[in-house]
Amino acid sequence: MADVLRTWGRAGVDYVRIARMWGRALRTYRASFWMLVVSSFVTSSLDFVALAIVFTHLDRLAGFDVREIAFLYGASGLGIGVADLLVGRVERLGAMIRTGALDAMLTRPVPLLVQVCADEFALRRITRIVQAGAVFAWGCWWIDWTPSRAALTVLMVVCSAAIFIGLFLGFATVQFWTQESAEVANAFTYGGNTITQYPLSVYPGEVVKALTFGVPVAFVSWYPALEVLGRRDPFGSPAWFAYAPPVAALAVGTAAALAWRAGVRHYRSTGS
Amino acid sequence: MAGIGDAVGLGTRIAALSFRRYATYRAATLAGAFTNSVFGVINAYVLLAVWRANPGVGGYDAVDAVTFVWLSQGLLTVVSIWRGGADADLSDRIRSGDVVLDLQRPVSLLGWYLAADLGRAAYQLVTRGVVPVVVGALLFDLRWPHGWAVPAFLLAVLLGVVVSFSLRMLVALSGFWLLDDTGLRNVLAFLAIFLSGLTLPLVLFPGVLGTIAFASPFATYLQLPADLWLGTRSSADAWGGLGLAAAWAAVGLVVCSMVLRRATAKVVVQGG
Repeated sequence: MADVLRTWGRAGVDYVRIARMWGRALRTYRASFWMLVVSSFVTSSLDFVALAIVFTHLDRLAGFDVREIAFLYGASGLGIGVADLLVGRVERLGAMIRTGALDAMLTRPVPLLVQVCADEFALRRITRIVQAGAVFAWGCWWIDWTPSRAALTVLMVVCSAAIFIGLFLGFATVQFWTQESAEVANAFTYGGNTITQYPLSVYPGEVVKALTFGVPVAFVSWYPALEVLGRRDPFGSPAWFAYAPPVAALAVGTAAALAWRAGVRHYRSTGS
Repeated sequence: MAGIGDAVGLGTRIAALSFRRYATYRAATLAGAFTNSVFGVINAYVLLAVWRANPGVGGYDAVDAVTFVWLSQGLLTVVSIWRGGADADLSDRIRSGDVVLDLQRPVSLLGWYLAADLGRAAYQLVTRGVVPVVVGALLFDLRWPHGWAVPAFLLAVLLGVVVSFSLRMLVALSGFWLLDDTGLRNVLAFLAIFLSGLTLPLVLFPGVLGTIAFASPFATYLQLPADLWLGTRSSADAWGGLGLAAAWAAVGLVVCSMVLRRATAKVVVQGG
């Protein structure tokens, strides 16, 4: 156990070192940096602006008001924001394979996954977290807080990030075989985020089942949020689902870890 | 007159080659169409919930709204909302200096890139344009165009591509002064995503915001073609929309060629 902790600790230190190096590099281009910060903040706000426009035409969407949806939106957005900041670069795995950058990484005494994820680390991705956090804070404002609800909310956000980290890693490993088609992964990562911005009562029952037992993004926000908001599931799921996000995160994480190991083992360089 | 004939012939050949160039990336096309379809499903259910809560909002019915979603998922790569296309080539060539070669050619640079972009758009239309609409038709009830709606729709798509081309080219041409056009490109993408109706059909935009969005060049990207397909506009409105789109296309190309002339005057060829 101590060994495992030490390995993880060292990986974390390596990650921070590489990230700081990239931070210094990117800060060199100040004007470009700030323009990107502002535009990525505005772009990530668009979804919520669209929601606000929708709510000028109605009071409730699939049974939920705009404050409740802000809570769901925030939980999902914080999760993918953290995941994107920490491991989002794994999307570029195919390009790293094609250019041979991955081969260089394999020779270095730092875990491959750490190098891939910390490559070109961009702190500006934090804007997405800030934007989602602001919406989430507004959604939290109206909730009838109890200690157990607060604890569940923290658990929800942590697991949301963990599930998205697993999805990013798991679907990126496909690129060990295809060397491209990062876009399929987008359907699950950003798609999963878009889906869970809304109450799942928007979708038909079969879709919700697939999102519960297939790609379990329903645990990113929907099930725990129902409990925190004091709402009952229109699909009649058991109440303990609210506390199941760690199970979903563990399942996604394990699948992603196995896929990554299989991918690295399969990897034979581009051979050129 | 022979000059014009030659130019058209050359343009057609460039467009055909560009079509074939994009046709090489089959896996990427398939992956992209898959992702578009996933987002189509998500957005269709969300809009269905909106129209359930407020039937007839914005002058659309639920079938119109769902059809809009699938048309916009099909068209978003045709009009190249995110980025990519001939403008991306130009922006790379400005940075590398290769653009000097383009300026030496005995044909208009703008015409050359326009032909290439039209070839790209044609390829995207018959692949990534068609697939999402077919998927949408299999999963949902869609509305189909009748009679004159078909040529009107295709004309609107063509104008939308030209408008989008000229805006993307302007951003790429800014590279002559800025060297790095990433920031501006993000701003353009943000405006295009929001004001084209990709995030939300423009018919839902309230008051002044709606007026601005409909008058903006971005309305020609998705909203105008979709309205013509659906037949939701009166014939005066439809002609007005097409006229506005043609005006934006003309203005866009004229401004592009003016900026290009200024830029060429500024270019200094180094080397020897």
